[in-house]
Amino acid sequence: MADVPVLPDALRGPWLRPDGLTLALVALVAGVSVLSLGSGAAGVPLSRVLPALAGIEALDRRDAVILWDIRLPRLAMGLLVGAALAVAGGLMQGLFRNPLADPGLVGVGAGAGLGAVLTIVLGGSLGAWAGPALVPMAAFAGGWAVTMLLARIATRAGRTSVATLLLAGIAIGALAGAATGVLVFLADDTQLRDLTFWSMGSLAGASWVKLAAAAPLILAVLALAPRLGRGLDALALGEAAAQHMGVPVERTKRLAILATAAAAGAAVALSGGIAFVGIVVPHLLRLASGPGHRMLLPRAALLGGALLAAADIVARGIVAPAELPIGVVTAVLGAPVFLWILLRRAGTGAI
Amino acid sequence: MIRLTCGRLHLGLALALWTLPVFDVALADGGSRVVSLGGSVTEIVVALGAGDRLVGRDSTSTWPPEVMDLPDVGYLRALSAEGVLGLGPDLVLAEADAGPPEAVEALKAAGVPYVAMPGATDHAGILDKIEAVAAALDLEAEGAALADKVGAGLEAAEARAAAVTAPKRVLFVLSLQGGRIMAAGEGSSAASIIALAGGVNALEGVKGYAQVTDEAVIAAAPDVILMMDREGSMAISDADVLALPALAETPAARDGRILRMDGLLLLGFGPRTPEAAEKLHDALYPKAG
Repeated sequence: MADVPVLPDALRGPWLRPDGLTLALVALVAGVSVLSLGSGAAGVPLSRVLPALAGIEALDRRDAVILWDIRLPRLAMGLLVGAALAVAGGLMQGLFRNPLADPGLVGVGAGAGLGAVLTIVLGGSLGAWAGPALVPMAAFAGGWAVTMLLARIATRAGRTSVATLLLAGIAIGALAGAATGVLVFLADDTQLRDLTFWSMGSLAGASWVKLAAAAPLILAVLALAPRLGRGLDALALGEAAAQHMGVPVERTKRLAILATAAAAGAAVALSGGIAFVGIVVPHLLRLASGPGHRMLLPRAALLGGALLAAADIVARGIVAPAELPIGVVTAVLGAPVFLWILLRRAGTGAI
Repeated sequence: MIRLTCGRLHLGLALALWTLPVFDVALADGGSRVVSLGGSVTEIVVALGAGDRLVGRDSTSTWPPEVMDLPDVGYLRALSAEGVLGLGPDLVLAEADAGPPEAVEALKAAGVPYVAMPGATDHAGILDKIEAVAAALDLEAEGAALADKVGAGLEAAEARAAAVTAPKRVLFVLSLQGGRIMAAGEGSSAASIIALAGGVNALEGVKGYAQVTDEAVIAAAPDVILMMDREGSMAISDADVLALPALAETPAARDGRILRMDGLLLLGFGPRTPEAAEKLHDALYPKAG
């Protein structure tokens, strides 16, 4: 590659060399986005959405609200949350060298759940009304706090032990789960139903305010993730080998944990619990184009976003004018794929 | 918007009356396409004779039976703003705790009048709710009549309750998942209706609905077990309920006293509450002979 101008390695990202698969994924995101903006219970069809987006035609007040305040933030949230979940999954799988790892392993989910439940139950009888950003902020803080605690436990003399991280993650997850259980016991029936809906995940609470709070964080992770790609690829050979290749192993591990906590925490905060995106998306991409993380992570962002936005179209459309929690849709679509992955692995004996 | 100067106001108004679009007439009329969110709110709308104006309901609105034909916009606290807007409402009537807040904000932003109801589950709260719904629908006279009728019914229930000499201890069982008993404590909506029917809520020292230990149930010594009607697979036979270790030792099990009532009727705190109280009272204190 002598004809390539010399760039710092970190900057020579996949975006500079778009290949067929990446372009196809970009097209998929664009297609799903158009579909998403043109479908919904209120029947504002694409033929009126597109001119309005282009600024050619004005919509009346009701339809303008539907487009700008309901569908558009929802689409943005679906793309962002899907991307965050998929990238966080990809990072964890790279860090643990296991295609079945997900952010739940390091307690992000349990911590975020604890934060959300705390505010729903103890935020006064009007927990959900104490400000729409309260539950997401608490969820993010919870996920972040648990992850930081874990990183501290697993890091001895400047070295982060992945095995300790995993075991401590299970223990802390159980503790957070127990605390959540105590709060569920304290909750009244209205709060219980709120908790149930929160735990199944939904994009129904999408708003520009929430997005403004979470988007910078998620976008920062999406920008950082491909730069960790080379380090994660080297880690796949084992820590010692990676060290000999000149990869900053400890820094890569630390950054991967931080990025996962930020992305998964922000995603859970925005939309509650959404299953399987973090496992299924990276796996599909590994099947399609191999395990290299530098390409895998940005593609996972695209495919994750497209999948979640598509699942949201189903969630909003299938029982209109009501809607299903999106976590139900992703689980129904994701669980069979997950089983299929397990069966394949069992068949080949490969990890 | 046309800006009117003061001098032209009268002329303008006169013209406006002729040229008023249908939509505004409907608004002045208190809404001709109403979406009602919350079982008791929907009951009140129908009781006021405005059922024909309803174009949508939430999943908790199950009475009267004809509202079941209306499009269902989902659970009261997990609404889809676009689903509600898609029904083209010119008025949304909602229980106090409808949500999520973002969906409610979007409805308001879209210019749909949104009226949230007072939420108390007591005598005054029911009458307030009836008056609030009536005001929103522009049916004050009908509202006053309904409030009088319901108020009289509630007073009759209270009088009946006050006349009870030996009140029965009632345990309201919300659910029996896997033998774990979720029951009504102090301050719950079930405790309110039990009091209105002349009973005593058996479970003391617990707030709201809570999972209680078997021993607490035995200590509560209920004379009667009260449950909601459940259809289908959730149904559990009376014999099975009374055979649970916690309940088998209670006076209720000894006498085989288990009552079942429709959940919305019992706990809805709407226009049918006097009827619910009377039904429960009569079941608790059957006439001799």
